[in-house]
Amino acid sequence: MSMFSILDISATAMHAQTVRLNTVASNMANADSVSSNKDETYRSKQPVFQTILDESTNEPKGGVRVKEIVESQAPLKMEYNPNHPMANEEGYVYRPNVNVVEEMANMMSASRSYETNIEVMNTSKQLLLRTIQLGK
Amino acid sequence: MAESIFGIHERALQVRTERGQVLANNLANADTPNFKARDIDFRKVMAAAEDELATSKPDLIRTNSKHIEGFADATTENFLKYRLPTQPSLDGNTVETHIEKAKFMENAMQHEATLEFVNSKISGIRGALRGE
Repeated sequence: MSMFSILDISATAMHAQTVRLNTVASNMANADSVSSNKDETYRSKQPVFQTILDESTNEPKGGVRVKEIVESQAPLKMEYNPNHPMANEEGYVYRPNVNVVEEMANMMSASRSYETNIEVMNTSKQLLLRTIQLGK
Repeated sequence: MAESIFGIHERALQVRTERGQVLANNLANADTPNFKARDIDFRKVMAAAEDELATSKPDLIRTNSKHIEGFADATTENFLKYRLPTQPSLDGNTVETHIEKAKFMENAMQHEATLEFVNSKISGIRGALRGE
């Protein structure tokens, strides 16, 4: 155990939050990607976080990782718009199940967590530097 | 020698570092489902460390008189406890970021104070050596 592992822990958290921000960006960018059938429609992607466990003791070792990225199972939005170039035979287009408001909240939460971890890193760095300066 | 100069501060620095690590881990897992926040009871660890210093040190076993005295690392694992959440969330996570942040900063300040103690011990010895 050393001060340096605090930096590692914060780094894993920052990486996980970056992945989360990435999925938010992808979801927002595709919020209006319409399609003419169910299977080809974009579905909202959500990361699932998991704490990193020590394999021998099964205790939290420090840090977090992205276990998987799941696709939201929320129903797709169907819209009756026969004039749309992507409309199917019945005149419907499918819209992604991206909830823009939810994604915005997700983005704020991710950026706040990222900032927290930067603060932790900064504090640890200062303490490390003070330790190096001991006796000078 | 170093042990008698720094006294309990050496162990205090170790515990502060480990506590910082536990708190940093809580903050890192602020968005992890089912993660339970943990903390180290500093007072209890230090009380145990003082007992150890007063009675017998957890020495390494010496099989030869020429072996140097070892100071076995005491662990803090027995003092690692789960935090009681005031507002647990639906996903089973018990990290309350504001509380963890406050604890982390508090720990950092006390870490710095301990460093200051060690530093003044070193300058004291240095002053004595130079005869200033």
